[in-house]
Amino acid sequence: MPAQVITITSGKGGVGKTTAVANLAVALAADGSKVVCIDGDIGLRNLDVILGLENRIVYDIVDVIEGRCRLKQAMIRDKKLPELYLIPAAQTRDKNAVSSSDMIRLIKDLRSDFDFVLIDSPAGIERGFKNAIAAADRVFVITNPEVSAVRDADRVIGILEAEEKGPASLIINRLNPLLVKNHDMLSAEDVLDLLAVELIGIVPEDETVIIGSNRGAPVAYDPKSKAGQAFRNIAKRMKGETVPFLDLGAQSTLWGRIQRLAGRK
Amino acid sequence: MDETRSLLQIKGLRDGLLISMDDASWEDQRAALIAQVDERPAFFQGARLALDVASQVLHVNELVEVRDQLSERGIFLWAVVSESPTTEKTAQLLGLATRISKQRPEEARQYSVGDLGEETSLFLNRTIRSGTRIEFAGHVVVLGDVNPGAEIIAEGNVIIWGRLRGMVHAGSKGNHHAMICALDLSPTQLRIADKASAVLKPQESPQPEMARINEDGTLQAEYWTPR
Repeated sequence: MPAQVITITSGKGGVGKTTAVANLAVALAADGSKVVCIDGDIGLRNLDVILGLENRIVYDIVDVIEGRCRLKQAMIRDKKLPELYLIPAAQTRDKNAVSSSDMIRLIKDLRSDFDFVLIDSPAGIERGFKNAIAAADRVFVITNPEVSAVRDADRVIGILEAEEKGPASLIINRLNPLLVKNHDMLSAEDVLDLLAVELIGIVPEDETVIIGSNRGAPVAYDPKSKAGQAFRNIAKRMKGETVPFLDLGAQSTLWGRIQRLAGRK
Repeated sequence: MDETRSLLQIKGLRDGLLISMDDASWEDQRAALIAQVDERPAFFQGARLALDVASQVLHVNELVEVRDQLSERGIFLWAVVSESPTTEKTAQLLGLATRISKQRPEEARQYSVGDLGEETSLFLNRTIRSGTRIEFAGHVVVLGDVNPGAEIIAEGNVIIWGRLRGMVHAGSKGNHHAMICALDLSPTQLRIADKASAVLKPQESPQPEMARINEDGTLQAEYWTPR
């Protein structure tokens, strides 16, 4: 079966795109899928650091596009998971080094060898973002339960609709159930209400995520981490399984309503 | 070369260039446009361009293609003018203007309530998201939500069958009789003619409301009550 190409984007920076790509890649690969992730943030590369592969980079995506190496040479195999690969971004170039047609060509060559191609989009809605979504079959929009992040997610969803990229799926990241309970944070329901798209996962605020990112060991490896569990659940949903949303300790009626909202088309 | 040139007319506007096309094949005209640009890069470099595509029916792919081709050549496409409602809608989706400012200022028109009935309406059956700007010379009806960061500017009335949380300007050409209705009226800002208001408290349980300018000239919203 040819690969599903999925781009993860957000509009706003710092909401967890790269962390989500790393964790979903790990969760999918640990579950037996062949996965390649591509860092689309040319000039500000991070995905290699979070995956702990920084010191193995020889060639990058711009080298492939400009013909200095073959595609296979730029693909870095993960330390632990033999079916997980990374194509790193160039650090010394900028977004103009790549065009949308370059991305489409590159991904065409990957489709037959993998189950999933995950693309990490840069923040913003400019060229880097356009490149990142050019070849996507599906787009995941990730947001935090904050007014500014949700506003940007709304804008991005609007652009995806205008570019006829199909309906986006939503990941709500860094939800703090305690703050939601005290009405100090937007609830998942508030966010869904505004964005009106399909929900594919809710990831709770969890400090192990930061620790894992700094160590180059994404939390999806950690069986005890709640955030890790949330990412593993999203990975299962990506494979077509039905997995209930995590109960994050808020009122149960709320979760029932979220699941109803998530189920609607 | 003369043949391709005859497909296109280039005019200078106050703030850029206007290129007019006709109803001949879109592909030919697009190719002719790009050929023109490539022939005289110095003239077009950095230009603000408006396209008048007559009654061509264009979809997102086609407009995106021409916009990208132009932007690769350092030309900024800011407006697409068309007689086709499909093309207009496509252009609006892409955030392009669909009307270019007229050369002469419009005369101040006297409006009465009756005028509004004659105008046409734009019906939008979708969520209007942040960053979308809808401008229309008539009434606008939205079946869906208007999210924060979205703008609707209508010369007539604006009816939202959904939540209004963005900015709406009704009667944008000065019609004081214009009104704004929504099932849940919690906008970032409302404007009718030359009056603006950002009051409107967030509501616990939303009720349909109608905003208009009352006799003493202030913009006010009232709950809809069945009579």
